[in-house]
Amino acid sequence: MRLKRVYFEDIRLFKTTASLVWTLLFLLLLFLVPFIFKTYYLSVVNLMCLNVIVALGLNILVGNTGQISLGHAGFVAIGAYTAAILLQAGVPFVFTLIIAGLVSCLVGAFLGLPSLRLEGPYLAIVTLGFGLAVMVIIGRMEMFGGRMGLMIPRIDLNWSGLSYDRTLYYVFIIITILMTILAHNIIHSKIGRAFQAIRDSDIAASVTGINLVHYKTLSFAVSAFFAGIGGALWALYLQFVTPGTFSLMMSVLFLATVVLGGLGSVTGSVLGGIVMTLLNLQLEKVVTVPLFGDLIVFLSDTIMNPSGIANIRWVLTGLILILIILYEPHGLNGIWLRIKRYWNLWPF
Amino acid sequence: MEILVVENIVKGFGGVTAVQDLSFAVSKGEIYSIIGPNGAGKSTVFNCINGLYRPDSGTISFGGRDITGLNPDKIATAGISRTFQNLELFSRMTTLQNLLLGRHVSTTYSIWQMLTFNFRNSKAAKQEILQREKAEDVIEFLELEPYRDRPVFSLPYGVQKLVELGRALAMEPDILLLDEPAAGLNHEERQDMIFWIQDIRNELGITIVVIEHNMQLVKDISDRVLAINFGQKLVEGSVEDVLRDQSVIRAYLGEPAL
Repeated sequence: MRLKRVYFEDIRLFKTTASLVWTLLFLLLLFLVPFIFKTYYLSVVNLMCLNVIVALGLNILVGNTGQISLGHAGFVAIGAYTAAILLQAGVPFVFTLIIAGLVSCLVGAFLGLPSLRLEGPYLAIVTLGFGLAVMVIIGRMEMFGGRMGLMIPRIDLNWSGLSYDRTLYYVFIIITILMTILAHNIIHSKIGRAFQAIRDSDIAASVTGINLVHYKTLSFAVSAFFAGIGGALWALYLQFVTPGTFSLMMSVLFLATVVLGGLGSVTGSVLGGIVMTLLNLQLEKVVTVPLFGDLIVFLSDTIMNPSGIANIRWVLTGLILILIILYEPHGLNGIWLRIKRYWNLWPF
Repeated sequence: MEILVVENIVKGFGGVTAVQDLSFAVSKGEIYSIIGPNGAGKSTVFNCINGLYRPDSGTISFGGRDITGLNPDKIATAGISRTFQNLELFSRMTTLQNLLLGRHVSTTYSIWQMLTFNFRNSKAAKQEILQREKAEDVIEFLELEPYRDRPVFSLPYGVQKLVELGRALAMEPDILLLDEPAAGLNHEERQDMIFWIQDIRNELGITIVVIEHNMQLVKDISDRVLAINFGQKLVEGSVEDVLRDQSVIRAYLGEPAL
């Protein structure tokens, strides 16, 4: 048995040498991906990075602070359009990224104000309205290209000496790692504790000296910052932005990602982002599975309208979400913890 | 020296007046009990003192400073902490995290310093370690070691009460408001609670105001007692005098049958 001797061991990033070694191995693997896989898979990983970053932020709001947002696509849109305009104007990428995050963060702080008075379903409606409003407003404004959207120029990545796709992959990975560490630090510091206190009992939180106005607004702002960074990367990834991309469906899927991954956990956000991306991309292929695929084709032909087969991934995504939440309320993070515990005790 | 002075506070909810023109003063270092039948307005008085309610009129001053109508977090920062009748714990967090939240106000690092949280010599890490030591002191004082890393919803009721007391203590308050500390406890746990309360006053020098229905506890710990009914003061004084007072007996038992 390994005992802790100083309190710092509870604070540091890697609690054990083993976790440090595994993380380094994982990083090495991430580093090697461009040399092993085709360019297509790099873009899959990039998409995972986007989802992970937004999920990290949304999880701080939903899982840790206990607030709800059905309008997170709005923050992603704000980040993406800010980045699009700045990149078109020739602003360097690093500044673009930070400004996109901060603009979204500011809007998030404003949206946080109603959360001081509203809870649960009421707050859900306000954020829902926000998300839809952002989509509509952007779609009607000439400076944002209206319904046609904006094109985004490629950023200059020649300094790396690698191909554009590979360099973009590394940029995405590095930003995702930084954002993951940031989310981890927020959750485990006094700020994260205050968020969780508000989630569990806002009365008790206020009598222990937590300023509810300050921390609820901060939670929205932090969450929107992550979404803004995610949005900027989204713009870079798609190379064009249209208002239709940032739909209500996107907001709902982010919420699903967070619940699937595990509320209130950084590992959960990361796993949720990865798995949700895979589900989105791969579930259509289920019709090629022998027998099961045939059954689904048969069902959709007989029961659903002709568009049924195209939407089969939503049906299956819904089914998988229901099953995971029924059998593992802590989401993928719960499964992950159980696997870790099993291996810690192995072979007993 | 009077540390907490409540003067002529009134608090109504719609047509019901919960507290009517109530005044009392608590001296530094004493254990002051507030008793009264259900619905007498005892908890409303606490909620006014620590800012959850804003009194309609009247003033509350603490250590010579007017705190009437301040937000609860400001009042907590000023040095008043409390527990609740029906437990208000951070139930999905561990005992240790609950106590660390009691240290929230004293944990002084900014959101920027938080970014370097993982480095041993950063201000944030030093602060966290310092606050952890303080929280561990409370764990040791209340003998909560076996429950340190367990989420509090999984703990027995009596232990949850202690965790809430611990969280209030971790704030290192000047004055502690205890709302029915013995409610729901069995005989043995109640005896323990009496010892904790006396220890808190005698060893830590914290002034205590307590609301309690259990007269045994009130008799054992109180220096002075205030009896209220329908939000008004009935009588104030030593335990023996108050419990023998005719108006108090009438408030609890009603008019004698003719």
